Amino acid sequence: MFDARARWGARRTRHLLDALHTVALLFFLFVFLAPLWIMWVSSLKANEFQLLAEMNTWRVFIPSRPSLQNYVDVFHRMPFGRFLFNSTFIVSNIVIWGLLINSMAGYALARLRWAGRAVVLALIVSLIIIPFEGVAVPLLLIVNRLGWVESYQVQIVPFIAHPFSIYLFYQFFIGIPRDFDEAALVDGASRFRIYWNIILPLSRPVLATVAILQFLEYWGAFLWPLMVTRGFDYRPLTVGMQTFFGQWPREWGDIMAFATMMTVPTLVIFVVFQRWFIQSVASAGVKG
Amino acid sequence: MRISHMFRRRGVTDNTLAGWLFVLPALALLLVFLILPFLMAFGLAFTNQRLIPGPLPTRYVGLRNFQRLVQDEVFLHALRNNIVFALVVVPLQSALALLLALLVNNRRRFITFFRASYFVPTVTTMVVVAIIWGFLLAEHGPINAILRVISLGTLGPYRWLDDVRLALPAIIMLSIWQGVGFQMVIYLAGLQGIPADLYEAAAIDGASLWQRFRYITLPGLRNTHIFVLVTTTILAFKLFTQVEVLTQGGPLDATQTLVRLMYVSGFKELKVGYASAMTVVFVFIVLIISVVQRRLFVEEREVA
Repeated sequence: MFDARARWGARRTRHLLDALHTVALLFFLFVFLAPLWIMWVSSLKANEFQLLAEMNTWRVFIPSRPSLQNYVDVFHRMPFGRFLFNSTFIVSNIVIWGLLINSMAGYALARLRWAGRAVVLALIVSLIIIPFEGVAVPLLLIVNRLGWVESYQVQIVPFIAHPFSIYLFYQFFIGIPRDFDEAALVDGASRFRIYWNIILPLSRPVLATVAILQFLEYWGAFLWPLMVTRGFDYRPLTVGMQTFFGQWPREWGDIMAFATMMTVPTLVIFVVFQRWFIQSVASAGVKG
Repeated sequence: MRISHMFRRRGVTDNTLAGWLFVLPALALLLVFLILPFLMAFGLAFTNQRLIPGPLPTRYVGLRNFQRLVQDEVFLHALRNNIVFALVVVPLQSALALLLALLVNNRRRFITFFRASYFVPTVTTMVVVAIIWGFLLAEHGPINAILRVISLGTLGPYRWLDDVRLALPAIIMLSIWQGVGFQMVIYLAGLQGIPADLYEAAAIDGASLWQRFRYITLPGLRNTHIFVLVTTTILAFKLFTQVEVLTQGGPLDATQTLVRLMYVSGFKELKVGYASAMTVVFVFIVLIISVVQRRLFVEEREVA
């Protein structure tokens, strides 16, 4: 009798905890998604007065009389297509060249024995600590001398080689059994063929991790493009967005349309490769 | 066995050329675009170098830049802001990230949907995040409206980004909103690394939820804590984008930061020498934090 009552009490506690758990999950869902929802909804409000009037009411969540006029306006007021192309071009170059060059370095450090290997490995590992902000000012002086200001290469070349990516490749390649290369060596394959035909195809997880981390880092790049681009020709979306935001009078509808168009590509990529994103970040944490 | 051994031995001499060729592209780029500017910062900090050559020739000025820094009120203010930001954001964001990780570390229905949703702000570019929050924090915006409703009309409306006392807290709020998902995922990986049989054993021994959290979860996350604390602290000292977009360091330098001042004096005022001195200070702070991290990790290994 007493035992049954205690068990009933325990069950009630568990139900209560369960309900609390659900409430907490939903609360944070609101916290993290509502701002982005508001961005999208506001981008559909063509009438700026209506948008401002609804800003502090529950209607901020409702796309009353939705229209795409703001999106049309953005293209009239700003070279959005150009910014989008610039960002895509810059980031895809950093990612593709980075995958090649950093994995090559990781391969040499992990799978070849050569004089100087230990020194280079120690150097790369210690370079991981240096943040970009710690070299930005002298780097500006260097690219100024090179005459690279206002260009694509100034936003690409300095970021291709990436110590942390090299380290991630190194870690992954060390775990691949040695028999693979030795069998190929006996068959007379060159070092490059082994790297290209054997090691790289086995390395999809680390390639995805590096690509995703690089993408996240450089799609949002802001400080550097702000320093090395002046006109619209080479500006990425981030700096374009900030310029647009700084224009008066501030048209929130247009700004939110710009922000939405800028966010959708990354959200789509995220939703498609969601599992990879989360694994990449987790592995960066474990190995960092 | 012996044949493969011979091959490996022969490989020792063969591979030196191949090894250097494979690292050469990365190494050359790192030398020019990372190592060289890093070393230059230390040299330039002792000169009056300008971005575009001015009327005065560049010369060695000794410690003058550093002497000026110590007396530069704006710089000291920025340094203080970074420290305040770190002291508030690091514990708050880590605790929230751990809470979120605990909430989504199970096999409930739709849990991957919740996990992904909490991570969405992290994949949203900081410039966009700053602008959305500029909207949310507007004087007649949603956040003031919510505050008014919750407080039954007693609080607000606040001019968050124009108020000397509220601007930094506002920046802190949106920074946590954007960054916490990243830390959540790292904690989640940490949680999943704790052996499940520890919890089972504790449950058999009749340990309460709190006891299990206190004596199994927290100690099991030690290295994760260190990683999260260090990366968040370093991020706090890199604070720039959200400040530049929303407040340009204002009002009255209330949101001024180290990196923004570096950008302003090096790029806008062309004072590369002075900006390099700031860079040196910044690098020292980051190095100290990293060295502390290494120390803590080593200790962990010795204990284990």
